[in-house]
Amino acid sequence: MLKDLFSKLNKKVNETNSNDGTFENSASIMTKCPNCKKILYSKELYKRLNVCTNCNHHLPITSVERMEALMDEDTATVLFEEVASANPLEFPNYGSKLEKDQQKTGLNEAVVCAEGEIDGTRTVVAIMDSRFRMGSMGSAVGEKLARSFNYATERGLPVIVFTASGGARMQEGIISLMQMAKVSVAVEKHSQAGLLYIAYMTNPTTGGVSASFASVGDINLAETGALIGFAGRRVIEETIKEKLPDDFQTAEFLLKHGQLDRVVDRNDMKDYLGKILRMHSGV
Amino acid sequence: MAFEFEKPIQELEEKIGELEKYAAKNKLDLTKEISFLEKKVTDKKNEIYNNLTPWQRVEIARYINRPTTLEYIDAMFDDFIEFFGDRVYSDDAAIVGGIATYKGTPVTIIGHQRGRDTKDNIKRNFGMAHPDGYRKALRLMKQADKFNRPVICFIDTKGAYPGRAAEERGQSESIARNLVEMAGLKVPVISVVIGEGGSGGALALGVCNRLLMLENATYSVISPEGAASILFKDSSLKEIAAESLKITADDLKELGIADEVIAEPQGGAHNDKDTVYGTLDGVLGKHLEELSQLDRDALMEDRYQKYMDIGVYEEQS
Ligand SMILES: [Zn+2]
Repeated sequence: MLKDLFSKLNKKVNETNSNDGTFENSASIMTKCPNCKKILYSKELYKRLNVCTNCNHHLPITSVERMEALMDEDTATVLFEEVASANPLEFPNYGSKLEKDQQKTGLNEAVVCAEGEIDGTRTVVAIMDSRFRMGSMGSAVGEKLARSFNYATERGLPVIVFTASGGARMQEGIISLMQMAKVSVAVEKHSQAGLLYIAYMTNPTTGGVSASFASVGDINLAETGALIGFAGRRVIEETIKEKLPDDFQTAEFLLKHGQLDRVVDRNDMKDYLGKILRMHSGV
Repeated sequence: MAFEFEKPIQELEEKIGELEKYAAKNKLDLTKEISFLEKKVTDKKNEIYNNLTPWQRVEIARYINRPTTLEYIDAMFDDFIEFFGDRVYSDDAAIVGGIATYKGTPVTIIGHQRGRDTKDNIKRNFGMAHPDGYRKALRLMKQADKFNRPVICFIDTKGAYPGRAAEERGQSESIARNLVEMAGLKVPVISVVIGEGGSGGALALGVCNRLLMLENATYSVISPEGAASILFKDSSLKEIAAESLKITADDLKELGIADEVIAEPQGGAHNDKDTVYGTLDGVLGKHLEELSQLDRDALMEDRYQKYMDIGVYEEQS
């Protein structure tokens, strides 16, 4: 059950992150907002899903914390936890990096998938976690996402994917690039079955994930302030020999350029998603 | 000779030239010596070309005189009519496309187009497309689907263009859209990597029923230079990165991603273009014939299955 996973994961997270004072709940009593520098009670911050009460800056939130905040109580089941990464190209140091991130996050990979209810609507939800290999997509992430869509297609369920990724998992070479195609064929089948897919881009969504399933929801949402883009800022600046504006590749920048349906505050996430899901549930 | 690694061959050939000149000038019979050196040239060529490193293949794949999409179209297809524009913003010359007949059957052809010289490269943006290019490609694919024409894609790009305007117009969305729409096409789709297959910008023409790769073509999630600087923090390690990333046609065949490797003339396609067109023609014809046996739904299902099968992971109990 989801609950067991959550308690297990939260325990691990608290044990391993007790000193770095970044964003995990109860990591420390006080947390400094990296944007407005105001010192906040961690407990208060956590109640607001790690959104600064002073300046509305969205601090990171873990996949498990988001899942807990989103799903109706006692309705969720974790899916496909048995799928884990191998090292197909025997890439140097890849195995040890995976192990380190598993230790650090308590996750087995960079995405957590579950089935459950959001404001009463049964939904398949996949949440990527940028703490695990920068949320990069290799075979295991691709497989878990493709299975999530297939699972939803078979059962006639909507899918929400929260993306958070630096792109493809380079240590898996061309196999990681092909995961973009793999998830896409599953997305397309789900779509042809007339089912709803909501892409919800969170900070950061870049590279191969941005250039595949993150951008092709029936509805594309993004979280306030999220970095979203295809190429990296530095690469673009070097290519065009020009300084880019500060808001370049933010959720708000994308909204202005017609790339998003809406930018959503994290504390409105459940409300928006619940409403959208309800309006599609009679189909 | 085009590449540094061919230097030993060039030196031997120059020596033969000198000997011939010397023999003619001094009216000497050096046939024996010359044929000895010619044998050495053959041996040297076999030694070098039969043991090309992944990085040397990258150099061949990027070579300016390597045949480009338009040359393949010209040599292998009849009645090509090029179509332009995405109907939204512009015509992106980094991607070309249109309709033609192939062995009497109408087909849609789309491909990245590198420049064939500096001026052409500026027009073609070095084969690096903006969203407009991917949207033109998509428009032509949907047209092919409506009129039940097979789609043949030629892949030859360093990658999608990393620019400000490209981001503003939705580079990510344009690539992503092609992936899902190609997944849903109900006509045969064959993609051929003829040069460099660079990341998402290559894949945007690459969700196919059959992936063919020329022997010296490469296909990678990131350029060897990029991987070296990101993963090894040292861009001079590009040769090692090229090795580790497994980017050659044989690698992709072995990984179950490429369906068939197209043999090239010794040293690369640029050495004998007509032979390459002929070889590819035979392989392409065979795969199109096979796919023509499948009905529209089966073609989509075949593509779905191809990609669902790609991936190496563990299943823990
Ligand atoms: Zn703040």
